[in-house]
Amino acid sequence: MRLGNLMGQRRNGAGRPLHWTDIAAYAYLALGVVLMFGPVLWLVLSSFKTQSALLEFPPSPLPFAQVEVTVPGQPQKLPLFRTTLPDGSVRELAQVRRVGLLAQMVDPADPSKQYRVAIDKREPVRRVAFATENYTEPLQRFAFMRFLFNSVFVTFVATLITLLINSMAAYALAIYVFPGKQAATLAVIGTLMIPMTIILVPVYLVVTELGLANSLWAVILPGAATPTGVFLLRQYMLTLPKDLIEAARMDKASEWQIYWRIVMPLTLPALAVLAIFSIMWRWNEFLWPLAVLTKTEVYTLQIGLNAFQGELQTQWHYLLAMTVMTLAPVALVFVFLQRFITTGIGSTGMK
Amino acid sequence: MADLKLTAARKSFGSIDVLHGIDLAVKDGEFVVFVGPSGCGKSTLLRVIAGLENVTSGEIEIDGERVTHLPASERGLAMVFQSYALYPHMSVRKNMGFALENMGLKPSEITARVDRAATMLRLADYLDRKPKALSGGQRQRVAIGRAIVRDPKIFLFDEPLSNLDAELRVATRKELAALHANIGGTMIYVTHDQVEAMTLADRIVVLNAGRIEQVGTPLELYNRPANAFVAGFIGSPRMNFLPATVISDDGTLRLSVGERDIALPRAASGLTAGTRVTLGIRPEHIDLASDAGMLAASVDLVEQLGGETFIYATAPGLPQITLRQDGQSRFGRGDAVAIRFAPDHLHIFDASGAALARP
Amino acid sequence: MSDTPSAARPQPGMAAGALARVAVLPVDLALRLLDPPMRWLQRVIGVRRMPYVFLLPNFAFFGLFVFLPIGINIVFSVTGGSALFPSERPYVGANQFAYLFDCGSFLDPASCREDHFWRGVANTAKFVVFQVTAMVLFSLITALVLNMKIRGRGFFRAVYFFPVLLSPVVVALIWKWILQRDGLLNAAITTLGGQKILFFVDPSWAMFWAVFVSVWAHMGFYTLILLAGLQAIPADLYEAAEMDATPRWRVLTRITLPLLWPNMIVVIVLALIKGAQTFDEVFVLTGGGPGTATLMVVQYIYETGFASQVQNFGLAAAASVVLGLVLFVLTLLQFAAARRKEI
Repeated sequence: MRLGNLMGQRRNGAGRPLHWTDIAAYAYLALGVVLMFGPVLWLVLSSFKTQSALLEFPPSPLPFAQVEVTVPGQPQKLPLFRTTLPDGSVRELAQVRRVGLLAQMVDPADPSKQYRVAIDKREPVRRVAFATENYTEPLQRFAFMRFLFNSVFVTFVATLITLLINSMAAYALAIYVFPGKQAATLAVIGTLMIPMTIILVPVYLVVTELGLANSLWAVILPGAATPTGVFLLRQYMLTLPKDLIEAARMDKASEWQIYWRIVMPLTLPALAVLAIFSIMWRWNEFLWPLAVLTKTEVYTLQIGLNAFQGELQTQWHYLLAMTVMTLAPVALVFVFLQRFITTGIGSTGMK
Repeated sequence: MADLKLTAARKSFGSIDVLHGIDLAVKDGEFVVFVGPSGCGKSTLLRVIAGLENVTSGEIEIDGERVTHLPASERGLAMVFQSYALYPHMSVRKNMGFALENMGLKPSEITARVDRAATMLRLADYLDRKPKALSGGQRQRVAIGRAIVRDPKIFLFDEPLSNLDAELRVATRKELAALHANIGGTMIYVTHDQVEAMTLADRIVVLNAGRIEQVGTPLELYNRPANAFVAGFIGSPRMNFLPATVISDDGTLRLSVGERDIALPRAASGLTAGTRVTLGIRPEHIDLASDAGMLAASVDLVEQLGGETFIYATAPGLPQITLRQDGQSRFGRGDAVAIRFAPDHLHIFDASGAALARP
Repeated sequence: MSDTPSAARPQPGMAAGALARVAVLPVDLALRLLDPPMRWLQRVIGVRRMPYVFLLPNFAFFGLFVFLPIGINIVFSVTGGSALFPSERPYVGANQFAYLFDCGSFLDPASCREDHFWRGVANTAKFVVFQVTAMVLFSLITALVLNMKIRGRGFFRAVYFFPVLLSPVVVALIWKWILQRDGLLNAAITTLGGQKILFFVDPSWAMFWAVFVSVWAHMGFYTLILLAGLQAIPADLYEAAEMDATPRWRVLTRITLPLLWPNMIVVIVLALIKGAQTFDEVFVLTGGGPGTATLMVVQYIYETGFASQVQNFGLAAAASVVLGLVLFVLTLLQFAAARRKEI
């Protein structure tokens, strides 16, 4: 790296002045924070606005709602406006009704007095308010919980299966020597060359033949055996001392027991990395579920969200809230595990 | 070629003080070796001189010019790193020429200098190879060559021989000495090996826990160590240290050593009776006789190397004594021997470790 | 992995460990039940044959869901008709390929029989060129900046990586919301005195935003890879360069970048492979529009095989085979690049 070592940033605070490249670097990073977090922040803030508030242009940063007051003598709460009266004074008045270009307004403090004001002479009095109904209503009206369940089910089961079968294969390739080992390794490499995008149609055929079409298993099974998973685990297992296994065999352990009770617990760090990759991938999976799931009740969260935006072209307030809910689990994982994930990718990405 | 002056140089990393007030002057053309045990701060001192670390306080002057706050790139020094730090993607020629390109020299001049250095270091056949195709010794010579071509004010060496095997180390040591004789630059060399220090240095700086224990020529340090640390560090095998108590000091120094008393003709040093001191005597300065000597001891172990013999003997009340004898010895395990210390080579250290002046 | 720093383990380790223990309990039980039959199997076929047993489940999946489909793909591509089952499809030889490749001029999609396919190819090519260039460039700059001794480097690294975790649907919707006619970006433009821009109606803008959103979403991943490469460069090389009085820009061009180059190649090829398969974000963001301005090859395959009124499996398979060949070449390049990096 250039600047730090050259300008001795690692030297102990000898009062070295800031170089322009330092300032540029911090500016770039600040811009990065704005650019990476800003849109998400905007999404979250917008999701708390009411439908009408969303139609305003230009949009306000915070979600506002108009203050409503109870006025004695009126059955419902009335919206409050800052009104400029004909005599020039400005008062906060509650609106009883609006007829065309005139608004009928009362002073909440003195309800007997009524005013007639032109609508352009008034401004809504607002306060910050979070329209949490954007989040609760879709749960009742749309099958959001169903989609959530489907996604969780797929992610959980698929990750378990992946961990199991990938580790078994990695175990075979790491620990044993057997005829066909080279061929098997090549086959796994070959799988790397065949991403889902080019076998969409035939996998659909296989899945249909198996009678799994439109079930969650159609999403879980095809991707369960991952070449990267096998290699990741194999790489790690190769570093385990072979004597452990020899000793276990001398202790009359079966190969299955060795795999399950000795090798697997020792491979936990690599399993954790694979689990995280699998969870992230499965939760976010889009193309294949889109192709193979056509019935609403089996939609995963991502497909459901995508379908929403098709149907709900103008109901952005629900769509935004749904989007936030879809991204919440990922954000939580991120907050707690980000260092773990980023170092994991840094080391394995160099495969 | 330039001289170097350090004044009250201090270096701290956070709350840890590594260098405590170093004052040092290195003359133009001198070969100075910083030596000391691990963690004594010698590498830190070198890096501070190089400019790779900043001093916490104090001044550094090169040729009378204050360079304390100059970055490393502007001090005109060249460093040979312990790991050689050769650019792996460049050939030997490009490695050596890189700094010269930075200096803006003409390509013809660069080629001339590189060729000259390569010939001097026997690298002419390897100029187009990359570092990974070179042996350890060759890489080290490239690192040295990289420094030579720059014609720097001072050469800095950071434990350059530590990554070489023993045989190569001896050969390279001789080459370094020849190099200094040849091109004569001011060289500052860091090592933990006192043999390298003794053989290469014009002057040695012995460091311990961030402080200079003594500065002097190799023989000065050998013959007149200023304290027990220097005495024990310089010279192999290590000096014997024997605890002793003063009986009287009045023209003849009488000491109680182990179970015996010995008398040494020495001018009075003002020692009072009962003072505890440490006697220092090098293995090569101990004579053996089978009759009366200063101490009676019994031989524990004899190591015959053919050209010399090491005898380890214990006298009652004293730690094991190491003796060195020329040639082959007739003594064997269990023999009783009389040990005689050559009085001219006896060192006496007070309780704080400082050497007492000799007459 | 042994590379995972132990400092990162305590916090997730405790939560994940507890969670894992709970989740694993029933699985552990189930698998322990498998021991007796596995022991029996081992006795029957011998220890030396056990590896095949361990390989079996994974390879069954591979066979069923990867190798078999590739074969079927070829069958589909050379058979016609509208049936899903190969036995009901008549053999048509290379007809579908001929149909796909029937073009007046390859440079003008409109002159092709199957113009959507060629639109897809052209769009994907254009997309890949811009997206990979922008992504590698920004990832490199970000990695270089992050490699400096910045305070809070871990935080900033996480910032750039955050969008990588988001699902493509979420990513596309976030930006769709910002790019609305009455959205945040237009609000900023009008505040600055400009006119509202209808980003999704203008083909060039649509492509621009497709590239932008894709770079935004994936940059962090490549930044991490390049950052790891930068950190693998030994620090004393920079110290040697400092002693050699090397000016800053020269350290970058003569030392840092040359030593990073093998990593860059891996990143570029990886980005090319992923870019050629781009679908998710673009599809949700623009739907391939306006018209076919951002229609990518994978979307063509998806629509031809699944989403149109008449599902043409044969044509979709033929297009898949073409894409597969391109990816095959790129993947070979990737292996070559990875091998070169280790040497």
